[in-house]
Amino acid sequence: MYEHDVIVVGAGGAGLRAAIAAQEEGADVAIVSKLHPVRSHTGAAEGGINAALREGDSWEDHAYDTMKGSDYLGDAPAIETLAQTSPEEVIQLEHWGMAFSREEDGRVSQRPFGGLSFPRTTYAGAETGHQLLHTMYEQLVKRGIEVYDEWHVLDLAVSDEDAPEDRTCHGVVGYDIQSGNVEGFRARDGVILATGGLGQVYDHTTNAVSNTGDGVAMAYRAGAPIEDMEFIQFHPTTLPSTGVLISEGVRGEGGILYNAEGERFMFEYGYASNDGELASRDVVSRAELNEVNAGRGIEDEYVHLDMRHLGEERIIDRLENILHLAEDFEGVDALEEPMPVKPGQHYAMGGIETDENGETCISGLYAAGECACASVHGSNRLGGNALPELIVFGARAGYHAAGRDLGEAEITTGKRGEWEAGDVETPVDPGAVEPDVEADASGDAVADGSGLDPAGFVERATERATERIESLLTNEDGRNHAEIRADVQQSMTDNVNVFREEDALKQALRDIREAREAYQDVGVADQSRTFNTDLLQTIETRNIIDLAEAITLGALVREEFRGAHWRKEYQERDDENWLKHTLLSWNDGSPELWFKPVILEGEEKRYEPKIRSY
Amino acid sequence: MSTQVPDQTEDESSASEAETVPAAQERRMEKKRQRAAEAEEKRQAEEAEAALSDEETYHLKVFRYDPEIEGKKEPRFDDFHVPYHKGMTVLDALMYARDTYDSSLTFRHSCRQAICGSDALFVNGSQRLGCKTQLSELDEPVRIEPLPHAEVVKDLVVDMEHFYDQMEAVEPYFQTNELPEGELEEQRQSRENREKVKMSTRCIWCGACMSSCNIAAGDNEYLGPAAINKAYRFTMDEREGEDMKQQRLEILEQEHGVWRCQTQFSCTNVCPKDIPLTEHIQELKREAVKNNLKFW
Repeated sequence: MYEHDVIVVGAGGAGLRAAIAAQEEGADVAIVSKLHPVRSHTGAAEGGINAALREGDSWEDHAYDTMKGSDYLGDAPAIETLAQTSPEEVIQLEHWGMAFSREEDGRVSQRPFGGLSFPRTTYAGAETGHQLLHTMYEQLVKRGIEVYDEWHVLDLAVSDEDAPEDRTCHGVVGYDIQSGNVEGFRARDGVILATGGLGQVYDHTTNAVSNTGDGVAMAYRAGAPIEDMEFIQFHPTTLPSTGVLISEGVRGEGGILYNAEGERFMFEYGYASNDGELASRDVVSRAELNEVNAGRGIEDEYVHLDMRHLGEERIIDRLENILHLAEDFEGVDALEEPMPVKPGQHYAMGGIETDENGETCISGLYAAGECACASVHGSNRLGGNALPELIVFGARAGYHAAGRDLGEAEITTGKRGEWEAGDVETPVDPGAVEPDVEADASGDAVADGSGLDPAGFVERATERATERIESLLTNEDGRNHAEIRADVQQSMTDNVNVFREEDALKQALRDIREAREAYQDVGVADQSRTFNTDLLQTIETRNIIDLAEAITLGALVREEFRGAHWRKEYQERDDENWLKHTLLSWNDGSPELWFKPVILEGEEKRYEPKIRSY
Repeated sequence: MSTQVPDQTEDESSASEAETVPAAQERRMEKKRQRAAEAEEKRQAEEAEAALSDEETYHLKVFRYDPEIEGKKEPRFDDFHVPYHKGMTVLDALMYARDTYDSSLTFRHSCRQAICGSDALFVNGSQRLGCKTQLSELDEPVRIEPLPHAEVVKDLVVDMEHFYDQMEAVEPYFQTNELPEGELEEQRQSRENREKVKMSTRCIWCGACMSSCNIAAGDNEYLGPAAINKAYRFTMDEREGEDMKQQRLEILEQEHGVWRCQTQFSCTNVCPKDIPLTEHIQELKREAVKNNLKFW
């Protein structure tokens, strides 16, 4: 068993920032990640980092824009923390040498982004995430922080008191991809999940193949509630063939969207009469699909994004990476012709419920970055707000886990604050096909956890994970994960996409149930202990199934249209009934739905919900 | 160029593991292996037949090796016939082959868009990123091998440790003695200087350059093009200051540093991010000379 003060799971922007912060605070910290840090998908972020750095801008404006963008489902304490802290974190990155794009006077450049009242998006060409990731990994190397790379975390080691709020996380179980060894990692002070996105729940996504929502799924199964899962961002400009992202920076710099008739539809059809292409992402994605559905799409599938008028010099200076992506993945020379684009899954606003210090309701368990939900983004994330979230909340989780006093959080987690029970009618039972084996073995001292010390919990979790792997490997003639995964991805894209309606959502639940049943007989054909990706993908597929179900349950229960969540039957935002977060607790295999109120009370003012127009 | 497979006899862990396996299980596994081998033969025959009837397929010959699986301990090539669609990349084809024909086919990949640097492979004799290489550009059969000059872990996966060690040997992090004092005050950097280091910052650590370099193949201690480029990125960054530049040139001038490069341009030719690696190395040589003359 390995032992550290703080264990960080995942090595993208949030994980690296958390590790650096924890070490700064004096903790012995280690990162456990299924990818080497520089392979993390933070590297694919293109557009930029919002920070109120300049005269004429203020953190208050950043907070207001973010709250409005969230369609009033973000929590003010989290949003204000983001807006207040982002400037110092951006300057910190600059002091660590990050290669930001620069103004004539040598200062960091900023550009306009969708939904922002000020050009506050700092950037490094159209490869901001790559520069951020590498800059932070450099700091990790400098500090000698230990990384267990290509170690896949299988599970959390959490005690099993009845109420999740009474549980403690003591560590994680890791699987060494290269050797096939399973090892416990004990965390004396805390585990920070920073496992990123879950885009692989869908089949058309900007996310990496590795973005399978592992952290969200394992926290969920360990009892931590997951929040607002129905809110999935579909980015309006992804390449049709692969889902590769074309940065919002293109529109920020002046790129224009056209339909098949050559009309600038954002204005001409009144989707966003003021902001046009720079409306919030949910607005633009719906507009594009409306155009396609109205027969004004190109090849019945996509619209055009044109940046030719910006001129070669400006494009090369600020958006060069876009030229490469369009050329390599769509065969389009964007200096000569418009780029085909359509909406694609991009970001999960929901995730593991945390407070503004990154803490979940389980003692010693933290989450930061895309896998977490504080909530900064509410029902829709603004472009340029994901990267500051990584560094701001990554750092806070790291400091807090290592013992720094950040003050008491205003956001409550678990059922500690005000909450109400929820209910939703489903065509099939959600949750585990069979009750969790662990929960079933009552009477056994090891199973019920009484008398176990912290290391004992880690050992127990390690034994269970080992057994699970053995049973998957033994069932070598079982169902192959690839087919099950593909079915779920297809159903989610067909039924739980930009436009949602009740029948389709119910169909998705039936498909997911079928996938769960098929998964009962899943097996791993590859019998090797060495670099067994067949095994790992099989394990990831279970996470995909659990999260697909959570997204669909949330989408079915939320009977309103808010932010990224559009419902055919409910065409209005309903503040009277739905100014609240959706939460799901796994409860050993029978998902429980509940709600908690949104916090609109800021430090100095209350954010009154207004009609959201751009 | 041959791919280096670790010597079997030195692999103690797998040997000792094999001894502890009970005889019954051993027999069962032997049967399984036979069945697997038969199934594999059948599959390849079926695929080949399907390929004859359908012109829209691509023929892949993929390197296979697994230190612990019977039949794969000796490296071999497997044939896959993959249905082709426009825009299909080498990575797409590998994923198709894995998900459809053989789930044990193993390769690293993640982002699918040439930024994570996981899938550098040796395709038809040169180092390329699988996700960025169109099948239509390649002659058939498409021969896909792991990166040469690295130890093969399994199939197309190589051990990257040596590459990472070299990257970390050049103090690959920003260092400066003077930061601006004011709160929220950034360091200034001219646009020209940012432009100068821009290409060098694009490295995605894929290892293609190192694998293509003959010098690195012969001198295990040579820093190699990627690490030298990383050092270039900081040496040329005006924000670091003169003292640091001095320190960096000392690292680069060591016996296994910049002077090893013989300007064969193989690294530059294979770099998927078009970084002018050879130029950067030459520029650092010039800097080193200038630097030495200064003290002369």
